[in-house]
Order: sequence, then C-alpha cells, then structure tokens
Amino acid sequence: MTDTKKSAAASKLDGALAWVDDRFPLTSNVKAHLTEYYAPKNFNFWYFFGSLAMMVLVLQILTGIFLTMHYKPDADLAFGSVEYIMRDVPWGWLIRYMHSTGASMFFVVVYLHMFRGIIYGSYRTPRELLWLFGVAIFLCLMGEAFFGYLLPWGQMSYWGAQVIVNLFSAIPFIGPDVSEWLRGDYLVSDATLNRFFAFHVIALPFVLVGLVAAHLIALHEVGSNNPDGIEIKKLKDKKTGIPLDGIAFHPYYTVKDMVGVAVFLIVFSVVIFFAPEMGGYFLEANNFVPANPLVTPAHIAPVWYFTPYYSVLRAVPPILNSQFPGVAAMGLSVMVFALLPWLDKSPVKSIRYRGTLYKKWLAAFVVSFLVLGYLGTEPSNIWGQFGSWLGNAERATVVARIATTVYFAFFVLMPWYTKKDKTLPVPERVTG
Amino acid sequence: MSDKQSNPQVPSSVTEQASQVDAEKRKFLIATSAVGALGCAAVAVPFIKSMTPSERAKAAGAPVEVDISKIAPGTMITAEWRGKPVWIINRTDEMTAELAHHNDQLSDPSCEVTSQQPSYCKNESRAIKPNLAVIVGICTHLGCSPTAKLQPNGDMGANWTGGFFCPCHGSKFDLAGRVFKGSPAPINLVVPPYKYLTENTLLIGVDTEEKA
Repeated sequence: MTDTKKSAAASKLDGALAWVDDRFPLTSNVKAHLTEYYAPKNFNFWYFFGSLAMMVLVLQILTGIFLTMHYKPDADLAFGSVEYIMRDVPWGWLIRYMHSTGASMFFVVVYLHMFRGIIYGSYRTPRELLWLFGVAIFLCLMGEAFFGYLLPWGQMSYWGAQVIVNLFSAIPFIGPDVSEWLRGDYLVSDATLNRFFAFHVIALPFVLVGLVAAHLIALHEVGSNNPDGIEIKKLKDKKTGIPLDGIAFHPYYTVKDMVGVAVFLIVFSVVIFFAPEMGGYFLEANNFVPANPLVTPAHIAPVWYFTPYYSVLRAVPPILNSQFPGVAAMGLSVMVFALLPWLDKSPVKSIRYRGTLYKKWLAAFVVSFLVLGYLGTEPSNIWGQFGSWLGNAERATVVARIATTVYFAFFVLMPWYTKKDKTLPVPERVTG
Repeated sequence: MSDKQSNPQVPSSVTEQASQVDAEKRKFLIATSAVGALGCAAVAVPFIKSMTPSERAKAAGAPVEVDISKIAPGTMITAEWRGKPVWIINRTDEMTAELAHHNDQLSDPSCEVTSQQPSYCKNESRAIKPNLAVIVGICTHLGCSPTAKLQPNGDMGANWTGGFFCPCHGSKFDLAGRVFKGSPAPINLVVPPYKYLTENTLLIGVDTEEKA
C-alpha cells in the first residue's frame, strides 16, 4: 500500500468512528474508563483480584450457558443429567469442572479482594457506596453459590438446601411460612429445584452484573484507593489536570492485569486437571450420591467458602428455646462488613500508617476467621471433649465460641481501638 | 428554549408558576402515584403466591399404610409420609422402661409443647401402644434426619441410653423423640397423627390437620 492509500483508509476509519461518536459516546467512554482513567501508580499484588473477579464472572456465565444446554432442572433427571454431562457430552466434564472450580476460585479471589479493601482502608470516605455495592455483590455471590449447589441434586445439595431454607423458619412468627414459600413445598422437592434453577441462571446473574456495573461506575467516579491510602486527586499537574501519581489504566494496568490473569489461569488449570474435587473441599464426596429425602449423610458441612459463617451458627447456643440467635449471629457475621466505613475512626486509611493495636486486632480477626472456617468443615466433636471441670463441653465448640467473640469484637470495638491506635504520619505522595 | 427566553412575556409567567406551587395539581399527582403504587403491589401478589406450594404439592400429603409385623423388637423401619421419613420403632420393654429414668436430662419430658404430638400421644411413651413409637424423623433444629443410635452406650459414650443423634448440629433425642437439654434443637421431634387399622397395620397421617 502506498502512503496515500493508507491515510485514505485511516481517514475512512476516523470517519466511521466519528459517525458512531455522533450517535453513541464510544470514544468518550473509552477515555473515561480506560485510556484517561488515572489509577495510582503504586498498585501492588493485592490489586490483581478485582479484575480477576470480573474474569471469573465472565467465565462462570460462559460455562454456565453451556451447562444449561444439557442440564435438566427436574428432581428425577437432574442428578443423571449432571452425570451425562460428565460422561457423555463431548468435553462436558471440562465445562462442568471449570464451572465448579470457578465457583470456589470466585470466592478465593473475592475474599482476597475484600481483604485488600480492609488493609488499605478502601471502604473509607469517599468510597462508602463503592464498598456497599461490593458487599451487595458478595451477598449476591453467596446466593448464586447456594442456589447453584442444589442443582446437581446430590445428598449434600439436598441437605444443604434443607438446612439453609430452614434457617429462615427460625425467624420469629413469619419464619415457617417464609421457608415454605421459598421451597414451594413442605420439603425440598422438585418445586424447589426448579425455582433455584431459575434464580441461579437468570435472576441473580442479572442482579450480579448490574451490581458489578454500579461497583465500577462508583469506582471510576471516586477513583481507586492505593496501598498508601492517599487521595491522588489532591495533587494534579497544573497544565493537564492529571493526578501527579496517576497513570492511565490502559495500557499500564491492562498489561499488569494480564500477568495476573496468566498466573491465575495456571493455578485454575492445575485445579481443573489435577484436583477438581480438591480433596472434597470444592466438590464434596457425599454429593456423588443422589439426593435422598429420607437419609441425612452422617457428616454434612457446607462448601469451604461458607464454613466461617456456618461455624458462627453452630457456636451460638439456643436461647430461650429458640435457635434464632444463632441464625441472627450468622446473618450478622456476613452483613457486618457493610458497617466498616462507619466503624473505622482512624485518621489514616492504610495499614502502612496504622499502629500495632490495629494490626493486632486485624491479625486476631484473620486467625478467628480461618479457625471458624476450618471448624465449619469438621463435625463439632472433632477435638473431643473437655473434662468435667468444663461440663464436658466439646473443645471445638468452645474454640468456635471464642473465635466468634473475637470475630465480632473486631467490628464492635473498632471505633474504640482505631481512635486509640498510634498512627504514623501519611506522606503527601505515594511511596511506590 | 432560547426562543421562549427571548419572548419578554413568557419568562414572567414561567417564574410565577415556578414560585407558586399548584396545590391541586400536586394533590392529584400524589393521589395518582399512590394508586399506581397500589396497583403495582396488587400485581406483585400473583407472582408471590405462585411460589407457594401448588395444588399438586398439597395433594401429595395422602396418608400411608405401613405393615409393622416384620419389625423385630429393638429395631426400626423408615416409612415415607409427605416426603418425610417416619420412623417406626419396635421398642423392647427395657427401652420403654428407660424412658421414665432420664426426665431430668430432657428439655420437655412431659411433652408440654402440644404442637409436637397428637393429644392421644401426650403420654410417657409418646405412643398409642407403649412399645411402638411413630416419629417423624426430621430434626426440629434445621430439618436434617437424625441417625438412629438405638442401643445404649456404643459410640455415643457411656451415658447414652439409646435414641437418635442428628449429624448436622449434634442434637440428641431419646427413644421417644424427646430432645436432650443442651441440644441445638429447641423442641421434641414430631409424632404424626396415626392409627391402627389392624393389629399389624398402621395408617400414618389419618388427619390432614394435625391434632393440637
């Protein structure tokens, strides 16, 4: 091609773009969200997980669409159709393992993403709404995981759904009617399976995608936080108006995120090809037995990503012959994250400039979260009993109660210890 | 709009209208919005109702007949009624005798919570005939089906007098389905309505409504 031809083609392309831009804000949106969205230049390892969560969402939607082509949401056919996908559908096993592993990896990525938000104070002013959208996404994700888990119609699916739906019947007065309404029957049955399928494949994914959009719009409005917890918009280049510590999201962070994606996909593939069940943590052994409404498996436990909250449920004893306190505590243990922006009174955002008091509390919280998570996968008699000096109480239950107390203390006492904490001075510019 | 602003007569009327609230129009708008909201709420009702148990699900609660002639003493069978497991336990005389001995460890030894059994089973053995127990095998905590641990001691420890253990959250029940203190389950297991058709045949679920 000669130069004149090239430029003619280029100007034709420009013309097409101008034609579109007159009718749809394409260029301005690309600028606002990619090429002229300025993110702090000091993002580290922890900043991979937002984009990874988006990628896993896309992966779940894609694999989910292909699974619905073969799956049957019918109590008589569901279990068989999953086995059919695994054995007879060409590459069906891969698509299903991608979906089931994707569910667990979604939570891995989201938990790390949330932890990033906590250590760098990303929920603080002006990012409260951004954080609340995030909490809503987390709740929605838990709903997706719960509804999806019933679909294979195995023993764990069945009894897990039975327990969770019955949690609602613990609500005083209206509870039993609510759980009957959710099931559409007097027990978990075909009606329940059919509606959980509807929630899993259409209702919640819609809500989820909408919330992710709101999360991103809020993020791009207020701008990203960073490991120093400094507002980069405070110091801008006087000529260009670009934050001095900001770099364009594209190409700088799209390229960085691609490295994260590559590493993630390596881990993801290793799980899919070598340990899709992950020793019973990603796919539980009892779920390879078809649902039987007459027999509860000897040991039931939720999938790993729900176990911390499940431990809280088990740890709280019934009060006044009512199981509601335990159910309420479990609900609170999830919802309490939404209060973080208003509980944290520290003058600094990032853990880099906080004192040891906060760090100790955070460490205690992380340990109690992990202990609760572990105990939730095991029966409550796993560690045997204390002697008669403690009323023969189960060791694991006592530990779970202590961990639950620490878990809630982290939040309840936060206004006090974040104020009392001796913080370091925060620099003007990011520190790389 | 620039046309209107260039006209000297219009702006004055516009500003007059803006500063003066038309109370009549506002009332009308509020009223129509309220009626509209009511309409939306009314339309929501069919959608919410559609999720309640269907006529077919309601009809599935028919009573079931169970042959009890082949249950050896000290063993049990599980029947299915309304999709739920119903245990029929042929208790030995030692087992029924034991029922009176651990009342102090139970939350509700004399079955005061009337919703949990028909009035004709509100007795020491929670049964029509003391040896034959009929119990809905659904834990009153969160709806799991407890595991039978009928024999004393065994893997349940030295103080175990026979009963049921829920694997989900560790609730313990005796051989009459009464809950032991300290269990997450708040109340005793349900005894369904039932009656003897013959010496060897039970009809479970004789009443569609459970007797209080």
